[in-house]
Amino acid sequence: MSHRSRQLRVSSLARVEGEGALHVRITGGTVERVELNIYEPPRFFEAFLRGRAHTEPPDITARICGICPVAYQTSACNAIEQACGVTLDPPLADVRRLLYCGEWISSHALHIYLLHAPDFLGHPDAISLATRHREIVERGLALKKAGNTLLETFGGRAIHPVNVRVGGFYSLPTRAELAPLAEVLRRALDIALDTVRWTAGFEFPDLELDHDFLAAYEPGRYAIADGTLRTTSGWAFSPREFSAHVVESQVPHSTALHASLDGHRYLTGPLARYTLNSAQLSATARQAAAEAGLGEECRNPFRSILVRGVELVYAVDEALRLIDQYERPSRPSVDVPPRAGIGHGISEAPRGTLYHRYELDDGGLIRAADIVPPTSQNQAAIEDDLRRVVSGNLGLDDAALTDLCERTIRNYDPCISCSAHFLDVTWEHR
Amino acid sequence: MPAPTLAVWKFASCDGCQLTLLDCEDELLAFAGQVRIAHFLEASSEVLPGPYDVSLVEGSITTEADRRRIHEVRAQSKVLVTIGACATSGGIQALRNFADVTEFTSVVYANPQYVDTLETSTPIAAHVPVDHELHGCPIDRGQLLGTITALLAGRKPDLPDTSVCTECKRRGLTCLLVAEGTPCLGPVTRAGCGALCPGVHRGCFGCFGPMAKPNTPVLIPLLRSRGMSEDAVDRVFSTFTVAETRREKR
Repeated sequence: MSHRSRQLRVSSLARVEGEGALHVRITGGTVERVELNIYEPPRFFEAFLRGRAHTEPPDITARICGICPVAYQTSACNAIEQACGVTLDPPLADVRRLLYCGEWISSHALHIYLLHAPDFLGHPDAISLATRHREIVERGLALKKAGNTLLETFGGRAIHPVNVRVGGFYSLPTRAELAPLAEVLRRALDIALDTVRWTAGFEFPDLELDHDFLAAYEPGRYAIADGTLRTTSGWAFSPREFSAHVVESQVPHSTALHASLDGHRYLTGPLARYTLNSAQLSATARQAAAEAGLGEECRNPFRSILVRGVELVYAVDEALRLIDQYERPSRPSVDVPPRAGIGHGISEAPRGTLYHRYELDDGGLIRAADIVPPTSQNQAAIEDDLRRVVSGNLGLDDAALTDLCERTIRNYDPCISCSAHFLDVTWEHR
Repeated sequence: MPAPTLAVWKFASCDGCQLTLLDCEDELLAFAGQVRIAHFLEASSEVLPGPYDVSLVEGSITTEADRRRIHEVRAQSKVLVTIGACATSGGIQALRNFADVTEFTSVVYANPQYVDTLETSTPIAAHVPVDHELHGCPIDRGQLLGTITALLAGRKPDLPDTSVCTECKRRGLTCLLVAEGTPCLGPVTRAGCGALCPGVHRGCFGCFGPMAKPNTPVLIPLLRSRGMSEDAVDRVFSTFTVAETRREKR
């Protein structure tokens, strides 16, 4: 097949958030080009944020992504509070982390059960999966609902929460009001542990990544809602230095900007977090990881479903811990009087590090905004994986190879709405 | 009789409104037994050909390709329901309608020539006939379920055209605007969310868009007297349904 040219097309990649396209060209048995085409209609958030008040980004940027609005709200709050020189009361910072656990639970349960697991079990979707294994899908939906219950309790709404503001929250529940939520989460912990055991039995294709990994780091706990940045290549830097390390550039085939870390390809998200921070997981989560056969790091993207499961266990466990120690804070928010300045904020969205930067004038109006979502950071790494997967499996027929490529993309749970949309896979073999 | 088919379509949007369908955790599997989900890319890699009995359309029209695609969707759909602020009014991305889109593009992209975009973000109804509209940023899960149930039963969906105030009163919440002097768009905002913001002690910020006949000119002095600057009033009417609210504010 050395001179054979192949052309394959998949008109739309499903079970990802948003839509995009993939173009692969193989000539003479060599993968010549792999482009993840993202043609999400641009929505220009960074442009229309200019001139808005410093209190508005949590509500406005939440609308970038319906799957991870809390991530946008949190990174925005972190950046603006830094610009204004304000620090949250520690109990309020704990509530922010607790709310974020809800988003991790909801988003990871969505990806594991509704988007990713059907790949391993040969079903087109979870509804088809439910015809054979209804109890499994019901379990996943219950887990997702537990995350949404947590989001509704503290956020007022699961999608685009209304209770988040710069400086904290509008109002907070009493300790007694959390009893039903704690009960829901105790049941969810068992389901999360079952999830890890269940996915540990899947068959995982071999692929070992050599990308650099980037994730937030916090001393003493698995970073979620804040932190500094670390890489597996040994860098450590503050959110303030993010733009000195991560550079975004535009490529013609995508409306999502591509990012590079100190000039090289890198990856953010569950594999990066786990590889950099697994020692900080709770004892329950670490034990679940060990039983599932995960070591201290994980570099096989197909096994990311396991890592998401372990993070699910952790998020439920951590939410229970935070609820256990919860007393209604003395005030729901701290004042954030505006001042001229620049603020940088990061947090760990379910899909990876999300960076926001705002430049404010002395009245608090935004002069400039910069947002770097995880999926645009991961685009180059996803393309590299695809190149390796295709090169290593040229013996497969077109349908099987296409299927493997789609799975390779779904490993990253790409949120194309954050960065892009309409995945249309075009194969061109010549 | 075969099960009716449902299709879900995405245009410029955040995915949140179609996610609302998957957020119906208790109803999803039962619902899937009554309806054939024929096209829902976010949830399934199985795509069945049209025509479709019911299409849910999320997102606004912002590209030339999407301007053509919405006509294809309409042609394949017996009933077309738009879901969410983007689809029903153009969304927050309609802020470009009041700005210079070329300048917007140059702020976000180094090479604007690669980016294909229209100068406006417009609702679906500006392009094709729409049978029903679900408002909200995002839509309300109860309204979505109620609408699908009604359509399956051959009824007209029961969607409110009153203000958030009616829901606030029904919940027995204290009026933030009157009792506490908190600026609130509840009196001019379409009901449907269940008065979520007043429920967390926050003034409504209008994410369901203007009600049927809003008396906005009367509300504005009230907002001003509760401490909002003129610029802040302008901004609060320039968010998720800006293309509608700017019209009402005049």
